[in-house]
Amino acid sequence: MQVNESWKPTIVAFCCNWCSYAGADLSGTNRLNYPANVKIIRIPCSCRLNPMFILRAFQRGADGVILCGCHPGDCHYTTGNYYARRRMTLLFSMLDFLGIEKERTRVEWVSAAEGAKFAATMNDFVATITKLGENRRLEDLRCKE
Amino acid sequence: MQRIGVFVCHCGTNIAATVDVKKVAETLGHEPGVVFSTDYPYMCSQSGQDLIKNAIHEHKLTGVVVCSCSPRMHEQTFRKACASAGLNGYMVEIANIREQCSWIHKDKDEATEKAVILGRAAIAKVHLDAPLTAGESPVTKRALVIGGGIAGIQTALDIADAGFEVDIVEKKPTIGGKMTQIDKTFPTLDCAACILTPKMVEAAQNEKIKIYAYSEVEAVKGFVGNFHVTIRKKARYVNEDVCTGCGLCTEKCPQKKVPNDFNLGLDTRRAIYIPFAQAVPKIATIDADYCTMLKTGKCGVCSKVCTAGAIDYKQQDTLVEQEYGAIVVATGFNPIKLDKFDEFAYSQSPDVVSSLEFERLMNAAGPTGGTLLRPSDGTHPKTLVFVQCVGSRCDGAEKGKPYCSKICCMYTAKHAMLCREKYPDTDVYVFYIDVRTPGKNFDEFYRRAVEEYGVHYIKGMVGKVVPENGKLKVQASDLIGGRQLHIDADMVVLAAAIEPDETARPLATMLTASMDTNDFFTEAHPKLRPVESPTAGIFLSGACQGPKDIPETVAQAGAAASKVIGLLAKDHLTCNPCVAQPDEMMCNGCSNCEKVCPYGAITYIDKEFRGPNRTTLIRRVAQVNPAVCQGCGACTVACMSGAMDLKGFSNKQIMAEVDAICR
Amino acid sequence: MQGVKEKALALLQSGTVDRVLGWKAGEFFYDLTPAVFTTAEEIENDFVWSAFSAANLSKYLIQESRKGGKVGVFLKPCDSYSFVQLLKEHRILRDHVYVVGVQCDGMCDIDKIRAAGCKGVTAVTEDGDRLRVTTLTGEKTVNKQDVLLGRCTVCKSKKIVEFDELLGEQGEELTSARFDEVAKLEAMTPEERYAFWRGELSRCIRCNACRNVCPACSCEKCVFDNHDLGTDNKAAADSFEEDFFHIIRAFHVAARCTDCGECSRVCPQHIPLHLLNRKFIKDINELYGVYQAGADMDTKPPLMNFTKDDCEPSVVYERGGAKA
Repeated sequence: MQVNESWKPTIVAFCCNWCSYAGADLSGTNRLNYPANVKIIRIPCSCRLNPMFILRAFQRGADGVILCGCHPGDCHYTTGNYYARRRMTLLFSMLDFLGIEKERTRVEWVSAAEGAKFAATMNDFVATITKLGENRRLEDLRCKE
Repeated sequence: MQRIGVFVCHCGTNIAATVDVKKVAETLGHEPGVVFSTDYPYMCSQSGQDLIKNAIHEHKLTGVVVCSCSPRMHEQTFRKACASAGLNGYMVEIANIREQCSWIHKDKDEATEKAVILGRAAIAKVHLDAPLTAGESPVTKRALVIGGGIAGIQTALDIADAGFEVDIVEKKPTIGGKMTQIDKTFPTLDCAACILTPKMVEAAQNEKIKIYAYSEVEAVKGFVGNFHVTIRKKARYVNEDVCTGCGLCTEKCPQKKVPNDFNLGLDTRRAIYIPFAQAVPKIATIDADYCTMLKTGKCGVCSKVCTAGAIDYKQQDTLVEQEYGAIVVATGFNPIKLDKFDEFAYSQSPDVVSSLEFERLMNAAGPTGGTLLRPSDGTHPKTLVFVQCVGSRCDGAEKGKPYCSKICCMYTAKHAMLCREKYPDTDVYVFYIDVRTPGKNFDEFYRRAVEEYGVHYIKGMVGKVVPENGKLKVQASDLIGGRQLHIDADMVVLAAAIEPDETARPLATMLTASMDTNDFFTEAHPKLRPVESPTAGIFLSGACQGPKDIPETVAQAGAAASKVIGLLAKDHLTCNPCVAQPDEMMCNGCSNCEKVCPYGAITYIDKEFRGPNRTTLIRRVAQVNPAVCQGCGACTVACMSGAMDLKGFSNKQIMAEVDAICR
Repeated sequence: MQGVKEKALALLQSGTVDRVLGWKAGEFFYDLTPAVFTTAEEIENDFVWSAFSAANLSKYLIQESRKGGKVGVFLKPCDSYSFVQLLKEHRILRDHVYVVGVQCDGMCDIDKIRAAGCKGVTAVTEDGDRLRVTTLTGEKTVNKQDVLLGRCTVCKSKKIVEFDELLGEQGEELTSARFDEVAKLEAMTPEERYAFWRGELSRCIRCNACRNVCPACSCEKCVFDNHDLGTDNKAAADSFEEDFFHIIRAFHVAARCTDCGECSRVCPQHIPLHLLNRKFIKDINELYGVYQAGADMDTKPPLMNFTKDDCEPSVVYERGGAKA
């Protein structure tokens, strides 16, 4: 596959308020770099993430979507990430079943103390998506400028 | 259309060094709905806040976007500032352009572009913001403690000490719990009764504390601050107000063959009984399963001897309804049943006893008057074998438990030590997997047992115990010596695992409190909120939350009490306004949201709706109690129709943010 | 199965119910459609029970059970699972329904009958394992087994899970090969799967038949009709919308779909939509333990449940599908 040097993927990162958003803040506080094309949306808990939001992101031009939440067992709401884990597992499996590149979606558990993990995860995810190229299989051409 | 003001903070140079703040303010100023856009060195400073307040007045702003540091840092600051200028605090959104932009990017163009996009996402969200008001709910200033063991007693005493009314519900005829059955306590070896019974009396005499002994919780309704509890007072067949506790009836009752559960069945008691001398309340209770009068209608001896006329064979269970602001669970533990442990011959030989039974055999108030005698023939045992981890740390957990019961290492050391101290002619062996002694003076205590008292500690498990000719043939492995051991023992003591009381699970269901797979109550946060249940207003005290020794239990009891006091001290509870809210018109009534709610905040009602052609339709719809909902949003995804939405993080808002970022 | 029509009549005449939910002929004898019968006359004239009574009637009880009085309904084994699932979700008022369980040995597919060389079919009658097909040019017989609906060839259960009365024998759960098709797709490369599904889903005309017939798709308001939420779309104008609709629909019925197969039966474009639902069922069975929606009232639905040691979503990278 030909990699366009100038092309940068659009990445949406949904982060739970209590662990991962704080983890993202920590990677900022520690000045740990990750690419600017990662944009974070704050949600109260990973269980707030509706599969529709993920598809909506792809529709509007996202090339990768990542969900970050508290580690299983550490959820601020006790059980939220357990539900999120099942929902995302099934959704990702379905996307794969439809032949959509499974690397485009990911879940990572990032605690409020894991600023380094957050940055490393984002670097890795952006690298993966950059290699994968533009999202073609789940895009809405009408939404392209 | 909102009238939005955008305020871009330099944060000194923290933001301004890598983000062209002027350009961000300029670009965002052209976004639809934005009527004012500016930048300022320190938005969070007093003058920065004044800038926002003035702009709200001057430009009649209905929404504010602050591009600054993380909302975790100053969201509250800006909300308060806006509120003081008459704009609802929830009309403020923060674009995090410091932690998530200027601090992680080096290229100024790139960072500026990202800051603009983050600003747009915040603007998109503000467009859909609605003013939110935190609701308030009143607090009933009375607490309920379920379980009257040392945990419950301590919690109740501490709450009462702060001046609040507190009720204890105890299912047994007396409070005191497991600690009443214990002889001495580790590591100080002071007598359990001597330290517990004064507390029991204190609880009984405290005018703020009401004890419902021989009672159980029947139903719980309501939510934090407003629980409505039904308590079943079981029939004692003795009038509580009249009985003096003289005990004459318990001596005259002709039914003598009732297994004495206080002594774990090691001896017998009468059908009418007072569990032990220091019982609180000291009132006789008729055991309906054994009372001849209640079973056949012929006897009535207790009634005849009772000079107070307290006996009432016709007494019925009564239900008491009471309101509470907080509930403390202190249901405690039980040793597991050992019937299935045939390898240790527990069911085969009376001389194989559990550790709690051993406590009774050593206790001065126990069946043997404190002299250690074999249950089978009443002789002094010379060789004793203690087996640790019976049912604890079991893989597969068919008859045991996967967890460590925590207290067994210490009480076994105590038993071994007491044995050797009282009867220096005994040989005492302890078989262990590990000896775990993390606690103040615990390891010293264990070492004393080994070094000063000459207890034989052997690493290894007992494989088999076979009763033979009045002896117990113990087969065991010595892992360190690498050999098989055969010991002819006179008694074998099994350190049984402990498990939550069997009433815990039905109670958890009533309270909508969560439990782990072992039926221990789950804490709201394993590190930071260890004495609270995830369900608001429910607190955890003692071993119902996990195995604990007495000092830990008392510490947790005090902690739970302080949490309760903190709650009851408030007249009103302010609720988080970012809660779930169902659209009744779209609700299917399917209960999916209810099933995933960790707080039991969702209930269903049948509600009348206008149907077609002037008919009325009854539909089942979800109701969220905003005082209980914590706003996680699990329900919003479980809801297929999208009827359930989360205020402050609505479906539409999150999608608007997605659109703003991806466009 | 004999006596279905007679039972409908008897229920009405005995006053056990005051209306009956059953099937009647549409434009053609084979396109049976669900119908409510309120008089004996209507039943005499219009009620049909035949090898084409495929429609799952359970969904209509959401409305019917709320109209007062008692409605009688005939449920085949697969329909009874949908019925229980709806009961579990409090959608049907059980007290207002009288359920007659009807044993079923498979429903027939008119297209397969035609494909078996029967052109101009005017009537079909059952004769044991055979079907006598009357056509404009004469009579033919075909094996019933050869012309069953796709879903019936992999029937999962003959058990009628909920009923007030049974016509015919109670059956057993069957071991069926219903996941074979899914497994076949899983074994393909992502590119092949993508090509397969584009080929299928690009035919979608967004007629909403799959949604409207599905007992699990019974929301008071569908998200795809919700203008306020901004998720409404009326036509699948773009390949994204074709995927979006079917992914979200499958996700919304995940762990609730009983695999009744109505979606694929009614699809005018013959898109094998049931494969999406079966993929979820297969995943749930493999990852979270075997679960059959509608099999009982009590088991917690897998998406409303969890265990602490559930697999991570990254399991998807390792399983389910050949590498590209």
